[in-house]
Amino acid sequence: MTRPANAITRYTVVNRVNHWITAICFVLLTLSGLSMFHPILFFLSDLFGGGQWTRAVHPWIGIMLLVSYSGLIIQFWRENLVHKDDIAWMKSIGYVVTNDEEHVPEVGRNNAGQKMVFWSMTLLIPVLFFSGLVIWEVYFGAATSIPVQRVAVLIHSMAAIAAIIVWVVHVYAAIWIRNSVRAMTQGYVTPGWAWRHHRKWLRELAAGQHDKRTIRKHP
Amino acid sequence: MTNTWQDIKNANVVIVMGGNAAEAHPCGFKWVIEAKIENGAKLVVVDPRFTRTASVADYYAPIRPGTDIAFLSGVIRYLLEKDAIQHEYVRAYTNASLIVKDGFAFEDGLFSGYNEETHSYDKSSWDYQLDEQGFAISDDTWQNPRCVINLLKQHVARYTPEMVSRICGTPQDKFLHICGLIASTAAPDKAMTSLFALGWTQHSVGAQNIRTMAMVQLLLGNIGVAGGGMNALRGHSNIQGLTDIGLLSNQMPGYLNLPTDKETSFDEYMKTKLFKPLRPGQTSYWQNYRKFVVSLQKALYGDAATQENNWAYDWLPKLDVPLYDIIRAFEMMNNGQMTGYICQGFNPLQAFPDRGKIRRGLSKLKFLVTMDPLDTETSRFWQDFGPQNPAKSAEIQTEVFQLPTTCFAEENGSLVNSARWLQWHWKAAEGPGQAMSDIWIMSGIFHRMRELYRKEGGAFPDPLLNLTWKYTDPVSPDPEELAKEMNGRALADLTDPATGAVATKAGTLLDGFAQLRDDGTTASGCWIFSGCFTEKGNQMARRDATDPREQGIAPNWAWAWPANRRILYNRASADPDGKPWNPAKPVISWNGSRWVGIDVPDYGPTVKPSDGVGPFIMNAEGMGRLFARDLMAEGPFPEHYEPLESPVENVLHPKVKSNPAARVFADDRAAFGSPKNFPYVATTYRLTEHFHYWTKHALINAILQPEEFIEIGEVLAKEKGIEQGGWVKVSSKRGEVVCKAYVTKRIKPLTVDGRPTHVIGVPIHWGFTGQARKGYGANTLTPSVGDANTQTPEFKAFLVNVEKTKAPAA
Amino acid sequence: MSDLQSQDYVRRSASTMTPPAARSHEDQVAKLIDVSRCIGCKACQSACMEWNNLRPEIGYFEGSYENPADLGPSVWTLMKFAEYENEQGNLEWLIRKDGCMHCEDPGCLKACPAPGAIVQYANGIVDFISDKCIGCGYCVKGCPFDIPRISKQDHKSYKCTLCSDRVAVGLEPACVKACPTGAIMFGSKTDMKDWAGERIEELKSRGFDKAGLYDPPEVGGTHVMYVLHHADKPSLYSGLPDKPRISPVVGAWKGIIKPLAVIGIAFAALAGFFHAITIGPNEVTDEDEVEGERVLHEAESEKSP
Repeated sequence: MTRPANAITRYTVVNRVNHWITAICFVLLTLSGLSMFHPILFFLSDLFGGGQWTRAVHPWIGIMLLVSYSGLIIQFWRENLVHKDDIAWMKSIGYVVTNDEEHVPEVGRNNAGQKMVFWSMTLLIPVLFFSGLVIWEVYFGAATSIPVQRVAVLIHSMAAIAAIIVWVVHVYAAIWIRNSVRAMTQGYVTPGWAWRHHRKWLRELAAGQHDKRTIRKHP
Repeated sequence: MTNTWQDIKNANVVIVMGGNAAEAHPCGFKWVIEAKIENGAKLVVVDPRFTRTASVADYYAPIRPGTDIAFLSGVIRYLLEKDAIQHEYVRAYTNASLIVKDGFAFEDGLFSGYNEETHSYDKSSWDYQLDEQGFAISDDTWQNPRCVINLLKQHVARYTPEMVSRICGTPQDKFLHICGLIASTAAPDKAMTSLFALGWTQHSVGAQNIRTMAMVQLLLGNIGVAGGGMNALRGHSNIQGLTDIGLLSNQMPGYLNLPTDKETSFDEYMKTKLFKPLRPGQTSYWQNYRKFVVSLQKALYGDAATQENNWAYDWLPKLDVPLYDIIRAFEMMNNGQMTGYICQGFNPLQAFPDRGKIRRGLSKLKFLVTMDPLDTETSRFWQDFGPQNPAKSAEIQTEVFQLPTTCFAEENGSLVNSARWLQWHWKAAEGPGQAMSDIWIMSGIFHRMRELYRKEGGAFPDPLLNLTWKYTDPVSPDPEELAKEMNGRALADLTDPATGAVATKAGTLLDGFAQLRDDGTTASGCWIFSGCFTEKGNQMARRDATDPREQGIAPNWAWAWPANRRILYNRASADPDGKPWNPAKPVISWNGSRWVGIDVPDYGPTVKPSDGVGPFIMNAEGMGRLFARDLMAEGPFPEHYEPLESPVENVLHPKVKSNPAARVFADDRAAFGSPKNFPYVATTYRLTEHFHYWTKHALINAILQPEEFIEIGEVLAKEKGIEQGGWVKVSSKRGEVVCKAYVTKRIKPLTVDGRPTHVIGVPIHWGFTGQARKGYGANTLTPSVGDANTQTPEFKAFLVNVEKTKAPAA
Repeated sequence: MSDLQSQDYVRRSASTMTPPAARSHEDQVAKLIDVSRCIGCKACQSACMEWNNLRPEIGYFEGSYENPADLGPSVWTLMKFAEYENEQGNLEWLIRKDGCMHCEDPGCLKACPAPGAIVQYANGIVDFISDKCIGCGYCVKGCPFDIPRISKQDHKSYKCTLCSDRVAVGLEPACVKACPTGAIMFGSKTDMKDWAGERIEELKSRGFDKAGLYDPPEVGGTHVMYVLHHADKPSLYSGLPDKPRISPVVGAWKGIIKPLAVIGIAFAALAGFFHAITIGPNEVTDEDEVEGERVLHEAESEKSP
């Protein structure tokens, strides 16, 4: 991997692999789930070999998602702890969306928006998992009553929609904030990127408050 | 059935007592529903359990098993007391007016003439007072205290509603409500039909149960009319045919009696069968008995039966006991007196009482031949199937030959249904594997036996050697040929006695039993079937459902014995002048010159009403009998006797608790339990989902009712800690059944003689072969005692204990 | 069971297209079950098994005459038995043939996500088209009567077809043919209602004041109707729903949530799109890089000896 000499590691290999497993699972779940959610999207089930396969594979991917996302929680929960700075960031959201970050308080490793994505998914994925278990006909069809299953399927679909919306925001933010994608694909950001979007984090890095390996030895 | 299935729809009241028509006869039960919907009929059910029949009934009352006579005697008392009888009918058509001999008496539960040692009666006093000409004396004013109606009144006086309730456990109000419903059919234009089955026959007083209801029906004028009658719902598709064709050990085809060893000559035999009319001018149709017997002998022995050898009378077996019923047969097997057994279409290990005794009996045989379409328990009695059949194979020396047979759908033939219809059926499929027809097997045995006798002689080979066997295919006679043989044919030209002209040519099939002769010129294998297969063809194969007046007669559908009559005693459907009692539903009527109507008259077709010939033409007095003369074993009037195993004393006469005429073998008596150890009343029965022990071999039936269970009321279950669907052990002195419990509201404790009495229901269907789950079989529990007249086992009332238990070892 | 009658469909699950409606002149059919004539003989159950070639496992005795113990993928109809003690203290044994009610407004069809897996014919019969079924079990949740069952073998949903194959060629359903007491009738819904009316009159004359027809309007009526002696209390009959309706939860899931979801997701996506074309990407500038480098350098030099 070629990376510039001054690159700052933002996501380790483990982070990235874990993230992309999660992402793939999520996308597959979205596609298969939506195919079973709305008739206009039933064609998506063809991606999975038809309706029966879609129905069969969806919950297994769900399990993979839960396991995978648990890894992300373990890796990232600490840095997503809510801080009072986050409130200030939220208050200046108008500057954030207009790319005017000079008027936004300095941001640590994650801004409040990223934390919201993290915590939303941390909440929604288990909800999806457990409500999904209730309606996993093959194994748990007889485990609960039908009224319970009806509620579960409603919760499952609402949680899924919420998760998808969060995911849309997450994806757009990654595109919008240029070179964010590279952070998750190649693992690094430039000092300028860190300066622009996570200045406080950069300062912390510079102060050596983070792992030495995060920053490459300056040439 | 005196009437037909279809005719049930004409009833105003349908009483199901001693049966469970909806469950055991669901197809025929459609006519009960029809009666309710189209005729506004009320359905009354009296049963120890709230059955599926009760579920569609208008009125249900519970009754303790084995107390039907008390209930019905109470009904008779009610009818007589309220004068709710059809007077004109009773006077004209029953023996109510006839005077009974002075010697006849009833005291302390016994009728006159009882012999305590033989458990039987000298019945000479059970008869009418006769005048010089030998006719019964009558008092049409009913003033004479010895006339039948007054003796009956006196006899049933004890059966007050209080007494009925005390014996039967039926609440008085329910009993009286039912009395009222029954009484409503005393009106000449109203009819009640009685539907019964094994719930009445399978008692030590079985025949009397039925007789009591027959008396009720006579008093109400409900015999012979549309929507009336005594309707025995036969359990097996051809069990009516079995009795018709004389497969009981004391009978020959057409209800002719097999000779006894006292009747050493044909003349001696015929002496008791003269049936001289007991009232002037009566038909007394059994006067033709000799014609029927001679024609039967000609059918059996052909040319070998001659005037000179008394129509081969000597070749008939002679009974040394009243009958060789199955209970006696197994007693004899157990005693080593019977060592071989050909068991054709029968599964006694499941079907007969005291299973342990049946198994022991089979184990002592030299050989057992089973002929059956199914792998029956009987043919596997020797095999260890665990607790459900704990046989010790190594100790059993019986050689078993299992011959698979075809079933009804794999052969042509006829079945006789409950309504006495002979219905022809056609082969639908080939039998599986090596299955052969019963006819083929029996022919084979016959030919080989005859050959052995021919070669080796023997003590008395004549009956076998002389048997006529002139069939086109002697190895497997064609069912049509057999049917023709039963119908009968002329052996010589038959002339009309009036004109002398030849009326029936030699060799032609007869039109009916009226053509039978006692001079050897006719042959008929079963006189009552005569007319079923005539020169016009196979009458049993007719399928014209046209039904004049839509009254359920359909005279051109198949053929009914006798003489295609659909309603027996139908002369009684019209008043003495020949006008129908119920103008809305006439059966036959007198048009001034002959009897006309939708049915074949059960009467001389041109006998004038003014001739005073009674409608009950088979009876010597021409009347329906409220007093049975000497025809019943335990008395001319029915009397309540407790089942042989009963939880209470007989409150009417403690000294005579149970049927005094019942035959009980000593070892069987020793196997009776007492209420001390076995405090609960049990009764056995069938469920809709199964037919006896057959359908457990069929997958769908096994799915619908897979596993053995008993039914127990909630109160007793609670007392015993028995849970819904939990395991219980039901035991009698003869054995035990471990199965699941159905705790139900449908069986309630009855208050009998002031004490709560619990009833336990034991369905019979499970055994150890077939597709359903293995079961112990209800007959493990049942006592080996039969009805005093027929020896039909007392499956419906006996004593058990019940306990909570664990599942049996697999 | 077959998809060959597509021109007869009036409803088709998960479909965005309206079924062809040219064949509008077809009588609505109905099966009428008169529980007052039913003797619980299970002839209907055996006929159903015979005609449809269904053979469930041989079960166990489970404390009632109900066998098999429940409806199943190969148990499309089941006699249910309820022991009921009425106000007079008399026992009534209420026996009811359970199975698909063929709702005019079928909850199963509403819930089904697989296009064409559940259809309703013009005659009113609701049928499962097995080759399209994905086995998700949504129909189970949609049904107000607890009828469909998913097979563990082939993961398809099954229920009574009202013998749509027989009806299509002018025969009555197998259960109707087998019923010995005429408790199950079949014909046009109008005729069945008329006949039910007569039966109800007759039952009232026998003292069942509350006799009535069960044709619940909450699901638009059904194509399997009951004559009940206690029409005021359907639940006495082994839990026949008093007021069956498609659960509001299912209604929400299949109703309002769907457009809300589409709107929500679309809104999020569109918001992103318009943000992109109005405000555009947030890119790192050269000054940012300089500043970044500076911070790192300063730190480096501070640490350097």
